[in-house]
Amino acid sequence: MGAANAEKYKSDGTAAGNLLEWVDARFPLMALWNDHLAKYYAPKNFNFWYFFGSLALLVLVIQIVTGIFLVMHYKPDASLNASGIPVAFASVEYIMRDVPWGWLIRYFHSTGASAFFIVVYLHMFRGMLYGSYRKPRELVWIFGVMIYLALMAEAFMGYLLPWGQMSYWGAQVILSLFSAIPLIGNELATWIRGDYVIGDATLNRMFSFHVIAVPLVLVGLVAAHIMALHEVGSNNPDGVEIKKKKGPDGIPLDGIPFHPYYTVKDIVGVVVFLMFFAIVVFFMPEGGGYFLEFNNFFPADPLVTPPHIAPVWYFTPFYSILRANTVNFFWIDAKLWGVIFMGLGVMVFFFLPWLDRSPVKSIRYRGPLYKGALAIFVVSFFILGYLGMLAPTPGRTLVSQICTIIYFAFFLLMPIYTSLDKCKAEPERVTG
Amino acid sequence: MKKLFIALLSAPLLAFASGAELHLDKAPDRARDYAALQNGAKVFVNYCLNCHSASYYRYNRLTDLGLSEQQIKDNLLFTAGKVGEPMTIAMRRADAKQWFGAAPPDLTVIARARASEFGTGSDWLYTYLRGFYRDDARPTGWNNTVFANVGMPHVLWELQGEQVMGADHKLKLARPGLMQPQEFDAMVGDLVGFLAYMGEPMATFRKQLGVIVLIFLAVLFVFSYALKREYWKDIH
Repeated sequence: MGAANAEKYKSDGTAAGNLLEWVDARFPLMALWNDHLAKYYAPKNFNFWYFFGSLALLVLVIQIVTGIFLVMHYKPDASLNASGIPVAFASVEYIMRDVPWGWLIRYFHSTGASAFFIVVYLHMFRGMLYGSYRKPRELVWIFGVMIYLALMAEAFMGYLLPWGQMSYWGAQVILSLFSAIPLIGNELATWIRGDYVIGDATLNRMFSFHVIAVPLVLVGLVAAHIMALHEVGSNNPDGVEIKKKKGPDGIPLDGIPFHPYYTVKDIVGVVVFLMFFAIVVFFMPEGGGYFLEFNNFFPADPLVTPPHIAPVWYFTPFYSILRANTVNFFWIDAKLWGVIFMGLGVMVFFFLPWLDRSPVKSIRYRGPLYKGALAIFVVSFFILGYLGMLAPTPGRTLVSQICTIIYFAFFLLMPIYTSLDKCKAEPERVTG
Repeated sequence: MKKLFIALLSAPLLAFASGAELHLDKAPDRARDYAALQNGAKVFVNYCLNCHSASYYRYNRLTDLGLSEQQIKDNLLFTAGKVGEPMTIAMRRADAKQWFGAAPPDLTVIARARASEFGTGSDWLYTYLRGFYRDDARPTGWNNTVFANVGMPHVLWELQGEQVMGADHKLKLARPGLMQPQEFDAMVGDLVGFLAYMGEPMATFRKQLGVIVLIFLAVLFVFSYALKREYWKDIH
C-alpha cells in the first residue's frame, strides 16, 4: 500500500496505454485507484445496512450539482419587489416556473436535503448496530459525526434561503438561542445575524456559508472519513476483523476487492434509492408537508409570527430536547439549559467509541442489555422527533422530558450496561 | 424494562389526543378539466385579480389550459400590456393596507400555502370562499367560518347571496343570490381548481414524467441486478 511502493503502470503499446503510463509516472493515479477501489478489500458479508455510505455520497453529489444550477437563478435579497414579495422568495418561484427544468432541479435539491438526513441517520444507526465506531475506527466515527454537524449547519442555512415564513421564524428561533449564553449572548446573537432582527444581512451571510464555506468543509470531511476508513478497513455485520485472517497472498480471506464487487452491488442500491427519490420528487415533492413545510409558501413577514413554528423533521428530536428544559436550575435559565442539552445531545455521539465497553462489536453477539437499551433509545428518538413537530402541551412536555432522560441515559450508562452484558462469543471468520 | 417500554409507547398517545379541529369541505378535482380551469381563470381575473396579484404567473402560461394567446389577449388580459407579463396589479400595497387593514396576499402559490393536516390547500380555499356570512360587528359587514375576522369582504356575494350564522353554528342562506347554491359551489370549485393549477402549473406534467422515470428505473434495476448477480456468483 501507499503511492511510494506501488508499481508504476507500464503501457501495453496502445495510445490509451501510453497516455496512462505518462500520467501515472507523474501522478499516483493507479495507486489511488488500487488503494481505494481495485485492491481495497472489503468484507464479503455486507448486508442491507451497508448501502447507505455510498448513497450518502450520491446525495452529496446531487446536492452540489443541483445547487450549482440553483445559484445561477436564485437571488439572496430580502428587499420587496414591485408586488410586495421578497425578491429571494420570488426568485425561487421564478426557478419553479420560468427557468427551463428549474422545478425539477429545485425539487431534487429540496428532496435531497431530507434524503441526506434519512440516509445519514440510517448510516449512523448501522454504525451503532455493528459497533463500527469501536477501535480502530474511532477517527472514522469522529469524522462522521463532524460531517453530521456540518450537514446540520448546511441544512439550517439552506432552509433560510427560500425566505418563507418557516425559513424566517425557524431561523429567528434558532439564532436567538445564542442570546441565552450569559454576558455576551445578546451581542453574539446580533453579531451572527448582522442585524437586530433576521434580515437581508442574515440572508446574505447564510447564502455565502451555504454555497461556499460549509460545502468545502463537508467535502474535506468526507475525504477524511473515507481515507481513515480505507486505512483501517471496513467493519462488517459480524464485527470481526477480516485482516486477522489473511491468505498466503496477504489478502484477507473474507475480503473481496471493492471494485468490481461492491461497485456493481452499490449500483443496485443506487437504482432502488433513486426509485424512492423519484416517487417523492415526481409525486409528492412536499413530502406531505415534512420535506417542504406548507407554511413556507407564505413569504417571510417579520410582522406576522406564525402560531406554530416547527423546524424541518430532521431537527425535531433536538428541538424537543431544547423545549424539554423548562426549569431554572442552579441559577441558570431554562433556555440556557435547553441550549446546553441540545448541544450535548449531538456532541455525545463523539464519545461513543469510549463509552462502549462491550467485548464484542456487533449486535449479533451482544447481550439483552445493549439490545434493549438500543431499542428504547430508538423509540425515544422517534418520539422526540414526533413531539418536535407539534405545539407543546403539558402532557407532551412531560413525555419529551422522559424521552430526553432516556436519550442521555443511553449514552451515560453505556459503560455500565455494556460491561455487565452477557455477550456471545464472536466467530473467527465472518458468517456470510 | 418491558413495562418501561410499554409505558413509553402508550404515554404519548394520551399526550397527543388534543388540538383544535378544523373541518374543511372536500374541493372537487379539476386538475384535468380544461373547460373548468378556463372558467376558473375567468372568475379569477374578474373577481380576484384587482386586489390580489399573481405575480409569478404569466398570462401566456394560460396556453397550458388550451387557450391561444389571442384568446387570452381578447378575454383575460386586464392588468398588463403584453401577454408575456405576469399577473400584477395597480393597487399600491400601502393603500391596500390602509383600506383593508392588511395588504391582500399574492395568490400565485396560495393553494400550496393553505395546505395543512386538516386538508389540502384547495379544501381550505373551497371552504373559505363559501364560508362568508353577515356580521355587523365587522367593518366590512362580513365574517368567515374558516378565517375568523378576515379583512376581505365577500367579493362573490352577488352570486352566492347572503348567509347568516344560525344559533346552531350552521350557515343559512338568508337572501339568495344570482346563482343557485349548486351553481355557486361548482363555480367556486372551478376557481379553486385554477388556483391549485396556478400554484404548480407543471404538476400534471411532473406526474406524467414521473411514471416514465420510474419505468426507466425499473428496467435499469433488472439490468443492474443481473450485473451484480453475474459478478457475485463466485462469492460464497
